[in-house]
Amino acid sequence: MPDIQSLYSEKVMDHFRNPRNVGEIENPDGTGHVGNPICGDIMELYIKVNGNIITDAKFKTFGCGAAIATSSMVTEMVIGKTIDEALEISNKTVAEALGGLPAAKMHCSVLAEDALRSAIDDYHSKQKKQSKTKAKAKKK
Amino acid sequence: MKRIYLDYAATTPTHPDVVEAMLPYFSDSFGNPSSIYSYGQEAKGAVEKAREQVAALIGARDDEVVFTSGGTEADNSAIQGVALADPERNHIITSATEHHAVIETCRFLERRGFKVTYLPVDKEGLINPDDVRNTITEKTCLVSIMHANNEIGTIQPIKELAVIARGAGVLIHTDAVQTAGQIPVNVDDLGVDLLSISAHKLYGPKGVGALYIRKGTKLVPFMHGGGQERNRRGSTENVPGIVGFGKATEIARNVIAGEIERQTQLRNHLISGILEQIDGVRLNGHPTNRLPNNVNVSVDYVEGESMLLNLDLENICASTGSACSSSSLEASHVLLALGLTHEQAHSSLRFTVGKWTTDEDIDRVSEVLPRVVARLRAMSPLLKSHK
Repeated sequence: MPDIQSLYSEKVMDHFRNPRNVGEIENPDGTGHVGNPICGDIMELYIKVNGNIITDAKFKTFGCGAAIATSSMVTEMVIGKTIDEALEISNKTVAEALGGLPAAKMHCSVLAEDALRSAIDDYHSKQKKQSKTKAKAKKK
Repeated sequence: MKRIYLDYAATTPTHPDVVEAMLPYFSDSFGNPSSIYSYGQEAKGAVEKAREQVAALIGARDDEVVFTSGGTEADNSAIQGVALADPERNHIITSATEHHAVIETCRFLERRGFKVTYLPVDKEGLINPDDVRNTITEKTCLVSIMHANNEIGTIQPIKELAVIARGAGVLIHTDAVQTAGQIPVNVDDLGVDLLSISAHKLYGPKGVGALYIRKGTKLVPFMHGGGQERNRRGSTENVPGIVGFGKATEIARNVIAGEIERQTQLRNHLISGILEQIDGVRLNGHPTNRLPNNVNVSVDYVEGESMLLNLDLENICASTGSACSSSSLEASHVLLALGLTHEQAHSSLRFTVGKWTTDEDIDRVSEVLPRVVARLRAMSPLLKSHK
């Protein structure tokens, strides 16, 4: 019998029912905060980076089934990747990994990509700050 | 597991007696009511009987009821029909919380030069009658205000608005799709000139509705064709649908008093269950002046569609005003008109009870919903920022 679950693929429903990596990371190396209340989706993505490798990722999301599933999927995809590899993840690869999204929900996967990029940007700017303070400390 | 359907305001299952009444009119008495031989006259007789049944539900005369394809067509016919009837008047008054069938018809007319006033509502969804009085001009041709809101269940003071409109020589239309068969609806008591109803909201079939047109009301026909419905609406009648609609209204008349009492109890039981068990929940709509079957709440920090999906996994069917459930990605215009924030509008849940809702169904929702909300709040970034 048709029901709401047929709106989403099995993979989306799996990530919606059992989202991976929910939560926050204390002292994250990068944080992405994207979305807005008007469109109804807000995502926060936290990453921990060691060397050049993303060792952990967690998320918190206010949003629909697709928003939660794409958040969960993107955390699963980035863990273990280098920063450069992570930057290759796009909204399409997230949607594909979830077995596709309904057309009206593709914006959720864009949000996941934005969250990831924003977290990596934050990581880069923190790195710059750190190297500056290190440089300053050396001068002194 | 038994599925619990709590979305009766979206649509209702067709009553088995209604289905039974319809069946002969598909293949046995299949005639065209315009034909003079017996098949046609059987069908015509059935349509006229249904017209009497529908008229009886709303206290109208038989010849004031025009069958349509549903509530949307009834709303379109009423508004466009009045707007086009008097070239001297080009102003329409409606409200910010109308159904899309009314709002989009008004927008369509605005693009063609009409002026439309969309009256605001208060935080419980009520129109201020003084606003109607103060916005009527000599150019106003129609006031169109819904009887009760489909999302939040607030019942408007139509009787009072009708006195104001008709006192100023302005026609008044009400969309009674959510009230006909649910609470008493009488066209003379309300004092309206035009009233829309739909069969599938009162245990009749989809694809059929009616527009009540008070005798003497000037209206340009919406559907031009073969002169059916006394030249008010061309198109061969949807005979089985109309018969089913008639039967559904007859059943509604017989059970309405008891159902109002029973559904009000279920509604209040559900509202108190939710408010008592979950923090950060507000009831949307009027606390008492609301439809007996409507519960609408906003649950802080949790998005509506994610709640619906979780409820569906537990076999509970409900509805939300969140953008994510719609193709437009905009939150409910009704909830925003109440002054809710976008977050609150996205966090709304609507439960509407009906004929087959039981106490056990309500208990089950009261048991499941707190669990669903707790689970989603644990992953909500909004909750943290409010700590």
